[in-house]
Amino acid sequence: MEKKGEAMTSEEKQEELFAKWISPEGVEYASPEAEKAYKERATRIKDAIQMKKLPDRVPVFVAPSFFPAYYAGITPQEAMYDYDKCCKAFKKFVMDFEPDGNLGAYVPGPGKFFEILDYKLYSWPGHGVAPEQSYQCNEGEYMTADEYDALIDDPSNFFSSTYLPRVFGALEGFKMLPALTGILEMYGVAINFIPFGLPPVQATYKALFDAGAEALKWMGAMGAFNAEITAAGFPLLAAGYTKAPFDVIGDTLRGTRGIMVDMYRQPDKLLEAMDRLTPLMIKMGVSTAQMVGHPLIFMPLHKGADGFLSDEQFKKFYWPAFRKVMMGLIAEGIVPMLAAEGHWTTRLEIMSDLPKGKTLWMIDQSEMAKAKKTLGKVSCLFGNVPSDLLVVGTPQQVKDYVKNLIDTCAKGGGYIVSNGAFFDQAKPENVHAMVDAAMEFGAYK
Amino acid sequence: MAKDLCKTLADLKEDEALAIVQEKLNAGADPMGILDDTSRAMEIVGNRFSKSEYFIPDLVYSGEILKKINELVKPKLVKEGVAKTGGKVIIGTVAGDIHDIGKDIVVFMLDVNGFDVIDLGVDVSAQKFVDKIKETSAPVIGLSGFLTLAYDSMKNTIEAIQAAGLRDNTKIMIGGGQMSDEIKKYTGADAYGKDAMVGVSLAKQWVGANK
Repeated sequence: MEKKGEAMTSEEKQEELFAKWISPEGVEYASPEAEKAYKERATRIKDAIQMKKLPDRVPVFVAPSFFPAYYAGITPQEAMYDYDKCCKAFKKFVMDFEPDGNLGAYVPGPGKFFEILDYKLYSWPGHGVAPEQSYQCNEGEYMTADEYDALIDDPSNFFSSTYLPRVFGALEGFKMLPALTGILEMYGVAINFIPFGLPPVQATYKALFDAGAEALKWMGAMGAFNAEITAAGFPLLAAGYTKAPFDVIGDTLRGTRGIMVDMYRQPDKLLEAMDRLTPLMIKMGVSTAQMVGHPLIFMPLHKGADGFLSDEQFKKFYWPAFRKVMMGLIAEGIVPMLAAEGHWTTRLEIMSDLPKGKTLWMIDQSEMAKAKKTLGKVSCLFGNVPSDLLVVGTPQQVKDYVKNLIDTCAKGGGYIVSNGAFFDQAKPENVHAMVDAAMEFGAYK
Repeated sequence: MAKDLCKTLADLKEDEALAIVQEKLNAGADPMGILDDTSRAMEIVGNRFSKSEYFIPDLVYSGEILKKINELVKPKLVKEGVAKTGGKVIIGTVAGDIHDIGKDIVVFMLDVNGFDVIDLGVDVSAQKFVDKIKETSAPVIGLSGFLTLAYDSMKNTIEAIQAAGLRDNTKIMIGGGQMSDEIKKYTGADAYGKDAMVGVSLAKQWVGANK
């Protein structure tokens, strides 16, 4: 009898999600060859991740930021405002480079949506940066040093009434909303609804309706893109994303400077807030993975890199909550896909404290040989082809680099050829050389 | 008992350091003496950072404590601050890139090491760098960037400095997340610094050679 939900082990849950991903329902493949190619690619990636048996060859990813736009000759601004152009560019990218795994066309995001909400957290093409450049984060203290208690008491309410109005100009009206937990019974219930009658709140809801419509329109384009490239034989790598609690606070709430000072001035509050956010970050990943029927959840890592924390601080503040999120995802059969951009060499031993075959790590500039001997013992690694090499190197240099990587990392499985950091610029011939080298040197005999 | 401000600040004991400063000021101590202590303390912080005993949060926190000390000391100062003797350094994040965390750390470390730092901010055009070099004759230029798009902006900036006839009198260093010696060659810079203290030692070396 088939086991369901609670009765299944995390292993079984993982197998089930992989099975759904390898044989997705309702796909009309472009050809029998495309179907075969899809299954081969997804299976190759699964085998590399699980580390139980060798894939037929070392898989290859190409993980770009705005590269597909530049490559197709459109600006990031066009990619953000013209969803059709965006999808065409990303399709051309996937079709021309034929990576085993790709990340979809989500990177640019819907420009008009950000405009409607007056998003302040980022500058984007035409809004603070030039049309031909990528969007960039405006770091700030969107949560002040004395607001930890408010966040801890009620994270949802803190987000809606404090954080969101600060990062979205159009959501000013949220500041006037009551806590919804005050809406209890007949007596007095109407009082809670008074704010919804006030013009600023109504203006905010109007903006939300418009933003929602735009988000739907964008998602329609993304869905069509996903269906099209899946039908052409190319598996998508991630269902959605979540974050390490330290990064949630350090990236967009307190900012780098804020969280660093908090470690000295109010360490207990910081730890308590991360505790509070941990189950929310688990839920965020689990619900998306289950909805989409996909085993991989992406987690971009930022503030835990070498030098950004001492070893002691990493062990105390970054790793425990981060590991809890990963373990929470793993328990539901999800494979966290961690992007360790920059240098993480000094963290590798600590990060090896994970069950085998349950995570997938993007490694950028960390020492690869060491990574293989530590983290690589329990987890599949991908990446390490450097951004600078892709921009200024020659195809031969790229090939040599990839050959060396395969020699160092691919023995016994658990390695995927890929660039190490999400990139905007590159010479197309260098990206081709990276993919070609995986084919040329990556076969398992 | 005279407590050691320099050691207390270098060890990042905020409350204690502030108490010592307040005590000294109440006792009528020379504010310049206090600033001397803090300069020595920041030198120790920098050394600990280059030896990997301290990390970026320690630098950031030392800066926060220093800010508070300066707030206490400032009203008592007769003349404005300590004269900068290290030489002039122009620094900025290149055109198209608005990242500032790395740049700000380098600015801070140069500043506490006695350099007269002219911080042009982020998304700085090549022309702005050229104009500032003309205006100040700074011998050291720092170009910061986080994105791969910064490679070309750095290259363009250095070409503009060359075209303005200013390249021979300047030394140019680059820094940022995706920089390397290969990118140094690509952009035409003189050096690449992997962290803030390398930036400080490059500046010291270059200013020393210029004198």
